[in-house]
Amino acid sequence: MSKPVFSLKNVVVTVGDGIQILKSINFDIYDGDFITVLGTNGAGKSTLFNAIAGNLAIASGEILHHNKNIAHETAVKRTDYLARVFQDPKMGTAPRMTVAENLLLAEKRGSKRTLRNRGLTQDKLTQYADITKVMGNNLDSHLNTATGDLSGGQRQALSFLMATRVKPELLLLDEHTAALDPKTSEQLMHATNDQVETHHLTALMITHNLADALKYGNRLIILNAGNIVLDVRDDEKQALDESQILKYFVS
Amino acid sequence: MSMIVSSIGQGLLWAVLGVALFLTFRILNFPDMTVEGSFPLGASTAVTMITHGINPFAATLAAFFVGTIAGLITGLLYTKGKIPILLAGILVMTASLSINLRIMGSANISLLDQKSIFSIKILQHLPKYFDSVFLGFVIIVIITAGLIFFLQTELGQAFIATGDNPNMAQSIGIQTDRMTIMGLMLSNGLIALGGAVIAQNNGYADINMGIGIIVIALASIIIGEVVFGELTLNERLIAVIIGSILYRLVLLVVLRLGFSTNDVNLISAIVLAVAMILPQLRHALKLDKVIKKGVTTHE
Repeated sequence: MSKPVFSLKNVVVTVGDGIQILKSINFDIYDGDFITVLGTNGAGKSTLFNAIAGNLAIASGEILHHNKNIAHETAVKRTDYLARVFQDPKMGTAPRMTVAENLLLAEKRGSKRTLRNRGLTQDKLTQYADITKVMGNNLDSHLNTATGDLSGGQRQALSFLMATRVKPELLLLDEHTAALDPKTSEQLMHATNDQVETHHLTALMITHNLADALKYGNRLIILNAGNIVLDVRDDEKQALDESQILKYFVS
Repeated sequence: MSMIVSSIGQGLLWAVLGVALFLTFRILNFPDMTVEGSFPLGASTAVTMITHGINPFAATLAAFFVGTIAGLITGLLYTKGKIPILLAGILVMTASLSINLRIMGSANISLLDQKSIFSIKILQHLPKYFDSVFLGFVIIVIITAGLIFFLQTELGQAFIATGDNPNMAQSIGIQTDRMTIMGLMLSNGLIALGGAVIAQNNGYADINMGIGIIVIALASIIIGEVVFGELTLNERLIAVIIGSILYRLVLLVVLRLGFSTNDVNLISAIVLAVAMILPQLRHALKLDKVIKKGVTTHE
């Protein structure tokens, strides 16, 4: 196997009086990995994401990006190579700005924002119509709608497109379909999988949906009480079923 | 008639404050009390420099830069010092009272027999009060055009996103602290510039001239919004200017009704409160429509 894009080495996250939320986490993320992350509430899934994204300081250990320790880089600095889609549809988009304006903003992730005109040209709008169409939820006909007026599903689809507008080296999907109704959720999950495959994205996806965790991705990680209790890939993952997974949930 | 012309002139001059406050109050989404300090700060800076023989235009520009410093301090207290924005603004506002006294050396300075930006040649040929209209128009057009340009740039869009959703802004790599500080600096710079222009129009700078400024600036924003409703961002800036003129006309009517200039702050507060309550009233009056919508079938 080639060199990992990201490596977590003995990552510990504590809160309050030394209570460990993450206890010495170790795993490597390789180019093209689509990893589903399972675990009960309080297992440390969100903490893991916050630690990788830089929203939470780690107590000890290293987070390596191409062998460079990024544990002390700010969250904003890490957005140069990291992108994230949140669970809350309100989190990922600017409500008073239009769909096209949001996409335009996301296109500048990782590059300097200058006093050049934002460049919302007709060409751009045509391009945005194409990329929003693939999400299959009518987003393409709302390019000039303020995102605050969109449905939750449309907003999450937009958040996803924004996160991948500039291809990130790692995409963090934080239960991004959880706040949606079952039909919309399934549709976005399909679209997500298509996009991950088409654009060869490297992604970590938290989910509470066991079926999704089994169906999607090439690798599965289960967290329990701050530890990784299962990390399987490819054939091994294929061989798993829901009842086997549930065994790992017992603490 | 001349009073109406005067009101329009005042409205255009004071519109600078409305447009400047729009940057923080509407775009960054917080009330910035610093403006009550940066307004007299700009006035005292410009007037003091003019009385020391400095070119009025240079003095006005200097007022802008001094105002940006006030904004910078509020911004640092808020973003790095984690002081709530309202308190950060009040701290800088209070501190600037002393600074203003230091700058002026007394509680007020007159510009009697001094040159000002209103002394330029073309203005002397205009009828009474038209000088404020002309200069006010030129200044607000330049500032508004500049802001419209800025807000459509990559940086301007990042600034808007910061006020709209700071979490999202950070997640796409926008340095929200820097954007907030930049907005406060620009806003307070413009407020100070407004203070410098208005002091020259009045013919003096006074230590107390900042009192109630935020209410006047807010009134022009809110009146513009109440009158015009849904608008694009650029149109909203224009609406603030018209709101500022309307506010002056309302003030003119009220003063005509027999109130004295001593009542101006009370009237300003009432005008603002009424303008802010109006949308709620309108909403309440539309209740029947809402009920109708509730029973019709829709997705």
